[in-house]
Amino acid sequence: MRASGRFFALAGTALVLVALAAAASLASRDAGATAKGGTLRLVAYSTPRDAYGKLIPAFQETTAGRGTSFEQSYGASGEQARAVVAGLKADVVALSLEPDVTTLVKAGLVSRNWRNDRFHGIVTRSVVVFAVRNGNPKKIKTWNDLIKPGVEIVTPNVQTSGGAKWNVMAAYGAQRKAGRTHAQAVAYLNKLYDNIVSQDKSAREALQTFLAGRGDVLLAYENEAIFAQKKDQPVYYLIPKSTILIENPVAVISNSSNKTTAQAFVRFLRTKKAQRIFAQNGYRPVLKGVTREFKFPVRPLHFSIAWLGGWAKVDKRFFDPRDGIVTKIQRRKGG
Amino acid sequence: MAPVCLVFWRAFEHGVGPAWDAVTTPSARHAFQVTLLIAAVAVPANTVFGVICALAIVRRRFPGKGIVNALVDLPLALSPVVVGLAFLLLYGRQGWFGTWLDKHDIEIVFALPGMILVTIFVSLPFVVREVVPVLREIGTEQEQAAATLGASPFQTLRRVTFPAIRWAVGYGVVLTTARALGEFGAVSVVSGHIVGKTETMTLHVEERVQSFDYVGAYAASVVLALLAIATLLAMSMFKPKEGV
Amino acid sequence: MAARAEPLPRLSGGSPGASIAQGLATAYLSLIVILPLAAIVWNASSDGRSNLWNAVSEPQAVAALKLTLGVSAAVCAINAVMGTAIAWILVRDRFPGQRAVNAIIDLPFALPTIVAGLTLLALYGPQGPVGVNVAFTRTAVLLALLFVTLPFVIRTVQPVLLELDRDMEEAAASLGAHPLAIFRRIVFPNLLPAILSGVALAFARAIGEFGAVVLISGNLPFKTEVASVYIFGRIESGDPSSAAAVSVLLLAVSFGVLLVIGAVRRWTTRHDDS
Repeated sequence: MRASGRFFALAGTALVLVALAAAASLASRDAGATAKGGTLRLVAYSTPRDAYGKLIPAFQETTAGRGTSFEQSYGASGEQARAVVAGLKADVVALSLEPDVTTLVKAGLVSRNWRNDRFHGIVTRSVVVFAVRNGNPKKIKTWNDLIKPGVEIVTPNVQTSGGAKWNVMAAYGAQRKAGRTHAQAVAYLNKLYDNIVSQDKSAREALQTFLAGRGDVLLAYENEAIFAQKKDQPVYYLIPKSTILIENPVAVISNSSNKTTAQAFVRFLRTKKAQRIFAQNGYRPVLKGVTREFKFPVRPLHFSIAWLGGWAKVDKRFFDPRDGIVTKIQRRKGG
Repeated sequence: MAPVCLVFWRAFEHGVGPAWDAVTTPSARHAFQVTLLIAAVAVPANTVFGVICALAIVRRRFPGKGIVNALVDLPLALSPVVVGLAFLLLYGRQGWFGTWLDKHDIEIVFALPGMILVTIFVSLPFVVREVVPVLREIGTEQEQAAATLGASPFQTLRRVTFPAIRWAVGYGVVLTTARALGEFGAVSVVSGHIVGKTETMTLHVEERVQSFDYVGAYAASVVLALLAIATLLAMSMFKPKEGV
Repeated sequence: MAARAEPLPRLSGGSPGASIAQGLATAYLSLIVILPLAAIVWNASSDGRSNLWNAVSEPQAVAALKLTLGVSAAVCAINAVMGTAIAWILVRDRFPGQRAVNAIIDLPFALPTIVAGLTLLALYGPQGPVGVNVAFTRTAVLLALLFVTLPFVIRTVQPVLLELDRDMEEAAASLGAHPLAIFRRIVFPNLLPAILSGVALAFARAIGEFGAVVLISGNLPFKTEVASVYIFGRIESGDPSSAAAVSVLLLAVSFGVLLVIGAVRRWTTRHDDS
């Protein structure tokens, strides 16, 4: 019985001490972080984290960015957009696809005219590629190779990963580029879904699944594949002749308390210096001059989402959770 | 058990050095502090109220007791993302208390208080569930005897009830701690992932995995595992010497 | 003696301390549990009843719910048997390394789910050393859920076993009772509340699990997609109210199951309450 009294006393004391120590060290760090030039809060999707790790110091060296401190937040694109709507404080958002910015526009947090600049609100580009096994044993080269019997495809789930929508639209658009009708392209998607063996929650998880040995081909993004190669992962990829040009948007939050700096930062992201850093991290630059320096392979039949009608239309037509084309394909598989 | 061993093996695959470096980076250290702080608030809160709840459920009769009893487990059944969503619905900008909180400049979600609240939510059932069966098992004879001998309610609680449920509380604390350390989904939604501010150890691990830094991820997991083991060891240090 | 007339002496004795304690417990429970749950229910019904029904009768949702409930039931059954056995071994047997085993039982729990998922995939996936590739099947879902619910039954049964009086067992043994009969007649009835308690936890956890399952299950809609991931998908595609609706249905079902478990426990241990 004495043991139990001592137990509770000791355990209590230990916990209080731990809490105090942790709180104290947190408080001291926060106090040290306040800088003179104001704080810029960047909310971004997770992939460009490494790039921003280099971009931010570079911005702080410019006149506009001197003395600015940064608070960074990285997570899944859709989750980040929802967090900002729910009250996560932000000055600049960098997301993986346009509909996530549209969420913020609808909530009144981003100006309706956010695309009215020379870059249409876009800061980086990439393309959808096929990641294959070493030596490409299944000889996968074209979109038509994907629907051959016995080919196993890994791609993230379009419902949980906004980015996965790029893959489906790349497949659909490649068919249209080849002169097929809408109905034929949808029939192609049906066959494609027959061969999909894993639909992970996010693009990165799909890559993990593929690396663990599942599937013959992974529908991935060029920048992701380059990133994985940089981290010594055995990733081999090829770019199909016809593929979609991925565009990642960036926007300034309209009620930002530090709007001038925020705008300066977004402007900085489109300078040659910043675009080079993006390119070194696997992204295709939006500045022609920088693109030439890096020799990203160009394919004859690139198309953008605008060619397919733009995200607003595509999102509704293909991915509506009740009667979108892809939703129906999935339902047919289950029924 | 094999998965656990694999985690340890993966962490130290390349020797202790890289693993040590990985867990002593500033962001890892900070994440570690955040996790400790959250656990240090959530675990005692759930322990105290868990014991009280268990006592109420077993020893008292009141209308709706069965419902309360089932209610206690529900936080576990809710998908963590929905837990996060619920807290956003309550404390987010457009939430029930959002405007009021905004006016008074109180941050709950995307700050520590929110993360502590969801952690308490998801780790609530354990102490209750541990203590209830033991309380049932020991019955009330000893307590009644103590009362007959003139012990005050508080004395009875301290001298008779607590020693008997000590093991159960102990295991409950261990489970609560483990859960508080390991929670990902719900915390992820309300944390806002602010680097160096609201990143917990699990969020840090997730981020490391995403960057293919497996050594960092596994090493940080080992730290979490060691914390759980440390809690268990701390509990068993208070083994009853007289043998109840 | 007042205490004898009143079967539940201390905390029900109407002492102010006990009432305050109960009040606090109720307040805590409502603030932490009921308020968020209310927010979810309110959100689910905000679109009207027909939408709520549409959301949960969506074929993909039905498939995910069926899978989740079925696998959770299986997980509970396996846990009830294996968990009790492991707890028994840990408390009653002595073997080298026992403390170590006892220490690592909670680990599945403290591991971040992504790590749990990765290790499970590494072990039981296409390149696993075990040689059983169950990844991307329903067995994988079962395996992942077993892994994350392992501690519950063990940890609820353990303290009861530790408190259990061995005199009765010894008495029965000395009277020549068969060990199996002793277990069935004496030990089991005493353990049952704890087992059920652990099963309830495991069931709830299995239903809500997220993360660990996804990597190894492949998350194929209609085949290996569990409810919590389906719900996440709804939120992610900008349809939070149907996410809430499916959650509420899942909650209602778990609530029902938990009530039934509670009732079974009361029924089997009537003597305790009387």
